[in-house]
Amino acid sequence: MATTLHQTIERRQRTLGGTILANQTFWVLIAVILACIFLSFATDSFATAKNLYNITRNVTFVAIIALGMTLVIITGGIDLSVGSVLCLCSMVLAVTMHAGYGIETGIAASVATALVIGAFNGVLIAYLGFPPFVVTLGMLSVARSLAMVASNNTVVFEFGPDHDKLLALGGGAVFGVANPVIYMIVLALLTGFVLRWTRIGRYIYAIGGNEKAAIATGLPVRPVKVCVYMISALSAGVAGIIQTGWLGAVTTNIGAGMELQVIAAAVIGGGNLAGGVGTAFGALVGAALIEVIRNSLGLLGINAFWQGTFIGSATILAVLFDRVRNFRQSE
Amino acid sequence: MLLELSNISKHFGAIQAVNDISLSLEAGQVVGLMGDNGAGKSTLVKMIAGNYRPSHGTMRLNGRDIVLHRPIEARQFGIEIVHQDLALCDNLSAAANVFLGRELRRGIGPLRVLDYKAMYRRAGEIFKELRSETRARDLVKQMSGGQRQAVAIARTMISEAKIVLMDEPTAAISVRQVAEVLHLIRQLRDRGILVVLISHRMPDVFDVADRVVVMRRGRKVADKPIAETSPEEVTGLITGAIEGG
Repeated sequence: MATTLHQTIERRQRTLGGTILANQTFWVLIAVILACIFLSFATDSFATAKNLYNITRNVTFVAIIALGMTLVIITGGIDLSVGSVLCLCSMVLAVTMHAGYGIETGIAASVATALVIGAFNGVLIAYLGFPPFVVTLGMLSVARSLAMVASNNTVVFEFGPDHDKLLALGGGAVFGVANPVIYMIVLALLTGFVLRWTRIGRYIYAIGGNEKAAIATGLPVRPVKVCVYMISALSAGVAGIIQTGWLGAVTTNIGAGMELQVIAAAVIGGGNLAGGVGTAFGALVGAALIEVIRNSLGLLGINAFWQGTFIGSATILAVLFDRVRNFRQSE
Repeated sequence: MLLELSNISKHFGAIQAVNDISLSLEAGQVVGLMGDNGAGKSTLVKMIAGNYRPSHGTMRLNGRDIVLHRPIEARQFGIEIVHQDLALCDNLSAAANVFLGRELRRGIGPLRVLDYKAMYRRAGEIFKELRSETRARDLVKQMSGGQRQAVAIARTMISEAKIVLMDEPTAAISVRQVAEVLHLIRQLRDRGILVVLISHRMPDVFDVADRVVVMRRGRKVADKPIAETSPEEVTGLITGAIEGG
């Protein structure tokens, strides 16, 4: 009896290899790598320095917001307002700098806007019990409307005295790596660290796994939820600031529909909308797959109208892996 | 005497849920608390766990009067409750659940990170002490009912509980797992913990309990050593076929 018990405890239920093979993020990563290898051979223009520079930079905006979205999704929530928040934060930055203030003031105003919106969403959801879908759907409308009000629905492309600094922030590069990519990597490492190594990260997973249990255990469920919506809005704001620097102009329709791409990226990368599952690395991999698909369709000369079909199919296919695994487990 | 309840009553409006109950419970004992639905068992236990405040009566822990306003205060006194639905997070490991809200960390000052190694090791030690087959790194999702109970019980052990209140721990699990859970309860008792076991299952109570307290319509109708009673008598006391004192 004692030996069998001991043996059972010693035996690892799942080997390391098994864990990796059962991981959705791993398979999506394989898909991204295979697609890149295929494209390098099938086209002359994919594996060029210029194209790779473009891809890595384009991926950052969706990826940065997907990091914030992943936290929200892990708690079992959703944030539909990120595209509009990106627009509003870009506009606040642009209008502030256009009015003659420095870049620091512009960024501070933009970040403050994001945090206020996130806190508003979070308080309604966590303390007043509103469904996340409804609150953030409302904010999707409100934030874009405020961006129009702030700019009188014009295009802003003159950013006052610090104009060049802003363009360098978003458009520059260090050692051939676009600045936005560097920001993305830093933010991803930070998010990954918080999720894996801190108590708040642990609580985010616990809330998504079983919110009642988290409450019964005495975890600070409400403050943590407010926090994740603030981080989500902040990630949209940061992406907006960087994108403004890169584009050099802000219109009131930037970021329109972006929330769907971001959610798709988070889900493709292994996030589960039911809550409790997701990683920072997965968010990047999901965003990368979407960008590679988009880029490759262009290079392969496929009509751009097909983009939605391919990206949508990739989203469903990625989740299919998860479903198949669950079916097998439940049998 | 570890826990003494004196003339405890609780009414909700006109409804008298618990009526003038006095109990003296010792450490290192398993006390079966039995009664039909609505007999007041849950209300009584919730008062001990700090969920409700008694309308009348006093509670003493180690001879000191205590007044509990919230469950967290009960926990600070070493009173833990294992809920019927167990309140575990399926997506986390056994160790993560055991330490949820009391994570071990390493590092200095504000730069402290979760100490996975220490939590796995400590949780593993507790499961070993409980002689449970639960592995600290496994996800709770993949566990049997018995293993989940072990996780819930291990949680009470890292907090150095003196009293563990268990609400129907053997409902809705298989026969083999019931044996596992009863075994866990004995382990707690042997460590000098007072276990209050709410259960509908007569065989379980007679298997593991040292004492049985029977409630009926908010009153205590029997309180005797398990050796001096029988399932038939307890059934009679629960249904009212036998008038208790």
